[in-house]
Amino acid sequence: MAHSEAGGVMTVEVQRYRPDVDDTPRLVSYEVPWTQDTSVLDALNYIKDELDSSITFRWSCRMAICGSCGFMLNGEPKLGCEQFLRTYAPGPLRIEPLANHAVERDLVVDLEPFMTKLAAVEPYLHPDPTGTPEPGNLQTPEQMTRYGQFAACINCMLCYAACPQVGLATDFLGPAAITAAVRYNKDSRDFGNAQRLPLLDQEDGLWPCTFVGACSTACPKGVDPAAAIQQAKFAATMDWATEFVMPHHGAPGAKDGGHA
Amino acid sequence: MQTVRVDVAIVGGGGAGLRAAIAVAERYPDLSIALISKVYPMRSHTVAAEGGSAGVVGEGDSLEKHFNDTVAGGDWLSDQDVVQYFVEHATEEMYQLEKWGIPWSRRPDGHVNVRRFGGMSQPRTWFAADKTGFYMLHSMFQTSLKYPQIVRYDEFFALEVVTDDEGGTERARGVLAYTMRDGYPVLFEAGAVVITTGGAGRIYGSNTNGAICTADGMGMAYRAGVPLRDMEFVQYHPTALPGSGVLLTEGARGEGGILVNKDGYRYLQDYGLGPETPLGHPENKFMELGPRDRVSQAYWHELQKGRTLETAHGPAVGLDLRHLGAAYIHERLPLIVELAEQYLGLDPVKDVIPVRPAVHYTMGGIRVGLDASSSLPGLYAAGECSSSGLHGANRLGSNSLAELCVLGKVAGEQAGAFAVLDPVRPSIGVRSRAADVADRYVAMMGAGTEDPAAIRREMNAAMDAGLGIYRTGDGMREAVSRIAALQERYADVRVSDTCPVYNTDWTQAIELGHMLDVAHAMAASALAREESRGAHQRLDGFDKRDDERFLAHTLATRDAQGHPVVSYEPVVITTSQPATRAYGAAGQAPGKAATAETPTIPKEA
Repeated sequence: MAHSEAGGVMTVEVQRYRPDVDDTPRLVSYEVPWTQDTSVLDALNYIKDELDSSITFRWSCRMAICGSCGFMLNGEPKLGCEQFLRTYAPGPLRIEPLANHAVERDLVVDLEPFMTKLAAVEPYLHPDPTGTPEPGNLQTPEQMTRYGQFAACINCMLCYAACPQVGLATDFLGPAAITAAVRYNKDSRDFGNAQRLPLLDQEDGLWPCTFVGACSTACPKGVDPAAAIQQAKFAATMDWATEFVMPHHGAPGAKDGGHA
Repeated sequence: MQTVRVDVAIVGGGGAGLRAAIAVAERYPDLSIALISKVYPMRSHTVAAEGGSAGVVGEGDSLEKHFNDTVAGGDWLSDQDVVQYFVEHATEEMYQLEKWGIPWSRRPDGHVNVRRFGGMSQPRTWFAADKTGFYMLHSMFQTSLKYPQIVRYDEFFALEVVTDDEGGTERARGVLAYTMRDGYPVLFEAGAVVITTGGAGRIYGSNTNGAICTADGMGMAYRAGVPLRDMEFVQYHPTALPGSGVLLTEGARGEGGILVNKDGYRYLQDYGLGPETPLGHPENKFMELGPRDRVSQAYWHELQKGRTLETAHGPAVGLDLRHLGAAYIHERLPLIVELAEQYLGLDPVKDVIPVRPAVHYTMGGIRVGLDASSSLPGLYAAGECSSSGLHGANRLGSNSLAELCVLGKVAGEQAGAFAVLDPVRPSIGVRSRAADVADRYVAMMGAGTEDPAAIRREMNAAMDAGLGIYRTGDGMREAVSRIAALQERYADVRVSDTCPVYNTDWTQAIELGHMLDVAHAMAASALAREESRGAHQRLDGFDKRDDERFLAHTLATRDAQGHPVVSYEPVVITTSQPATRAYGAAGQAPGKAATAETPTIPKEA
């Protein structure tokens, strides 16, 4: 069923903050014309082109895959390009920067802490130390399903904005970084589990997570970071138990059939 | 102004830039690498590529077939030495990505799967569902984190390639950039510079591209005196959403989707792509698996005949996937399902999706050789911003992702070799000139009277109208003069925002300047090519390919006044002499194809 025709003019309130002038952020209202397929991103671009060229926000692909345009929309973390004004009719719609992030300017937040956390979990394939088969690894569709969902993360930061712990424990790796680690740990081609586990299994690594599950609710790509974190906690616990009864892990075992 | 000295400076953090950076790091581990990007690498527009990446694999296919498909697909404007190198190295790069963790879609036995793609005679498109570019970009970006010598400068906006002529020969000396976050100019003094900034689709109003595809790298090279090559060849992708231009992958047709007009008729059979293939049984190089230029041209003809659908955003045709069934659609085309639902409120399992052509890809770009070097020593380019000679007059779908791997690696290795031979040295002259340039850009803030959004809209309209799927001399002349007039207005472009932090008013104005320069080069190159070839189709008496006069690459070089000067250079032909380009049944019978060479041009057009 196609969207029915609708439209009008909506009041859109945008949080503005200019660091060299403003002491604190403030909400500014704009009147934005809309039709049934006007996205929130379209509304911001309308404001920038027609009303105030200094309004600042990140965006690019317009199709919910580049992960640039995460904002709080009426208090909920969403991608601006795939949300539509029709959903918020008759308004007003309030657009604010992602929660739990330092605001650089207007809707632009600081991504550096996340980039550091992502790099910290070694989110790349650690190949089999005994060699990779040529021309490449085999991997069955069934083996792919073990990590496929976790590989779909677009790093949009909505889960960090949704997570109550991210704001409290600043060194918490957070949903997306832990998910990236688990994505590789669950990949039959990867042998980096032993290196990644100590990175996760720290007080501020994955343990601050209290399983509220807000990350999975916020995720626009169905990644389910909460499930990834749960699996990582289980693996860390098992590793602790193994270490207790069998120091130094015993022999590293091949996983999930290795190259089979 | 801060100065950073590195061996290799790479501008652009998408697929080509990341591949180049990793190539430098692996081949020359001692070299320092700056990866400079105006967005965090995972935001780069490689992320939006959907369908897949070509590489010969499996029985029935051969390098020769991939070569021939690419050369014919490019209407014999490809440099065949480049095509040969490319097909020989594409598959190893696909396996390289496999070893870097990309989740290629697999067969039940664990081997990689390949799908059919337009203009390709064999299934050879490696794919990761319908988000291939996304997985490729993230795999490469995350792999790049392994190399400490790759130092990223995220959200640094490159302004100019810095050159000097110490020793008598002008060469690239680095890149002047600006930190978007802090608002501070930074000079990267570099032994070699690689430009990997992607395409220029935002020059057009109706396009599939992200906001960042603004021709910056092309513009920087062009202003540094490097020719832009084959700029008239702009690809319209046949299946974008009306209005937004959001892309629906060619993979949708590779998996069996069909295109229908308002009567439900598969119109492609009327345009040299038939006969009709059975529903659910797509055949390579037939019907919906014709090349993009031909499929987009067929849309134009349907529009002239009044056989298109009407939508709220203008005319469209229908992309029908319904016969594929819910399970198959959800497995192979999950993004299509999401996009159709979000943007149109339609379900491809039950509904026909309205689509129309939109600008998608620039075949042309910064002229480089097989070693990725430009005419300016020390300056290299790869990916969509470059004209490697691979794509000719029309790119085949899935050759561009493979290109950014194959030639991104070449660019990295060659730039690394150059930097080793002629290492970076500090230069007082370079620094003082760069500081002057930086001052000039910063002075744009808080100055000017011409509305940049208005200039951008008028540029979009001029290009949509004058340089579309079909072109006329009058239309292109009009576009040239409109763009030139906009360039004059742009000289006084208004940047109201004076804040140094994330001043996107300013960065968008700079992007607009690049787009205008490159649009001018496109329009002038198109006007001068008095023939029809690939994506450049004319209605004004030049409706046939003319190998006598135009089996040649167009070069657009910027003169002292900032205007493009057009010249030509030969195409490299090795084994494939220009022949009739035919698809459908005509393509099956070499030598008997003349009748289906091009669609008939209606007289009233």
